[in-house]
Amino acid sequence: METLAGVLTIFVLAVFVGFEVITKVPPVLHTPLMSGSNAISGITLIGAMLSAGSQQTGLTTVLGFLAVLFATINAVGGFLVTHRMLGMFKRKG
Amino acid sequence: MPSGFVNLAYLLAATLFILGLRGLGHPRTAVRGNLLGAIGMLIAVIVTLLDQSIVGYEIIIAGFVLGAAAGSFLAWKVAMTAMPQLVAVFNGFGGIASALVAGAALVEAGLVTSEPAIQMTVATVFSGIVGAVTFWGSLVAFGKLQGFVSGQPVRYPGEQVVKILFLVASVTLGSLIVVNPAETHSYWIMLGIASVLGILLVIPIGGADMPVVIALLNSYSGLAAASTGFVLSNNVLIIAGSLVGASGIILTNIMCKAMNRSLANVLFGGFGEVKEMEKGDDIYAGKVKATSPEEVAMLMDGVRRIVIVPGYGMAVAQAQHAVRDLFNLLESKDITVEFAIHPVAGRMPGHMNVLLAEADIPYDSLKEMDEINPTMPQADLAIVLGANDVVNPLANTDPNSPIAGMPILNVDQAKTVVVIKRSLSPGFAGIPNPLFAGDNTLMLFGDGKKMAQEIVRALKES
Repeated sequence: METLAGVLTIFVLAVFVGFEVITKVPPVLHTPLMSGSNAISGITLIGAMLSAGSQQTGLTTVLGFLAVLFATINAVGGFLVTHRMLGMFKRKG
Repeated sequence: MPSGFVNLAYLLAATLFILGLRGLGHPRTAVRGNLLGAIGMLIAVIVTLLDQSIVGYEIIIAGFVLGAAAGSFLAWKVAMTAMPQLVAVFNGFGGIASALVAGAALVEAGLVTSEPAIQMTVATVFSGIVGAVTFWGSLVAFGKLQGFVSGQPVRYPGEQVVKILFLVASVTLGSLIVVNPAETHSYWIMLGIASVLGILLVIPIGGADMPVVIALLNSYSGLAAASTGFVLSNNVLIIAGSLVGASGIILTNIMCKAMNRSLANVLFGGFGEVKEMEKGDDIYAGKVKATSPEEVAMLMDGVRRIVIVPGYGMAVAQAQHAVRDLFNLLESKDITVEFAIHPVAGRMPGHMNVLLAEADIPYDSLKEMDEINPTMPQADLAIVLGANDVVNPLANTDPNSPIAGMPILNVDQAKTVVVIKRSLSPGFAGIPNPLFAGDNTLMLFGDGKKMAQEIVRALKES
């Protein structure tokens, strides 16, 4: 059960960090924040890679492949579209 | 459990995610913040490739290539008006990936031991339910935003009961998996039930409430990833997932506050249940004054400050570039032009800002509601373009109105108001808007883009 306490600690602290870091985002950046943080949730990609790469059974390999595919679209697409959007935000003059 | 070196690299990735999100909080550092996040992801992916349990790379690389191609294509091709749909789809993909990874982990655990740790199975079930709800909920949101599915709230008798039944069914099945993890078939049935639940949860929600839905699904995709982190005992998944979960919750909360409604009301009540309101004939009768682009151009002669209030109608009419031309022309005549942006204008948080940024309007001209409202009486002219409920004074005056207490942009305080709109039809809340019949209001009936162009032409001719 020690590992559970360990991972729970990390989880709770990370939630607090998340709240602290994001609270004061100006509305002008709400969309990029959402698509950027969305790309970060593509981190599930590394779990997908482990399933796809360990090739334990045919089923897990197929599941892993699909998960890698979806998560890569999520991460790559998310970071790129955020970059593209942010490139449009300009100051006066 | 990954090795020490890999864990250190994951810590670095997690740190970059935190710094990246902080960077996204300020216009000047946002580009760098996004890059830091992408670098963090790259580091996490590279060290994972070194993991000893990976025996073959073909499948992974195939997934990378196809996924990166599809993701980049979508990211570069999407029109800014379609951004809410795209973000919804990306959310959904993250959610389903987490659900699939958790399922694969459950199958793998069954190969090694007949009794995986209870925390692992609970997290697996949670990932599965949240991931499936996120995926299908996001697809429905996409369908509504794209127009494949009715954007109207779809309601039916016994709706809440049906949703609760599906929730109970998926949780019950999940509990059975926790008790007997060898029953991996149940996991896929549970995903199926949770998928239906995802559809049922979003189908009843109307188009104008989409900012809340998308922000919430954003949070769910993070929670699903964090939960998958519990399944795999992987810290970087937990940290990144909970960061995203927190950010989505914050945005959801901001959106709800901007409508003065609770999350429960948006998700389960909404305007769909509001009874047929008065048609507005007695409010509008004889008091609505129509105007022409030429007259509006004359009104703009010699004024000092104009406030433009964009709404979803501007996105629908693709009017942002025409509005930019108007903005540039007016600024060249030394008129201060500001955009007043309501937090829930459009179909996702910050939707209007992105559209106007795309049209090259500098972001210092985009003002938040709290900033611009006190200065509204000093505006010589307010132009409402495709917005309705967010400028409805009933929110302040009628405690029985469905939008009572919702913070609005007080355009009625400007010296003159011009509302560009096709007709007097009500907005999403389904109620008439006394602003249209105001003494200082002129209605310019027509398509937003066409009217903006005609005002520009009239200004140039005068």
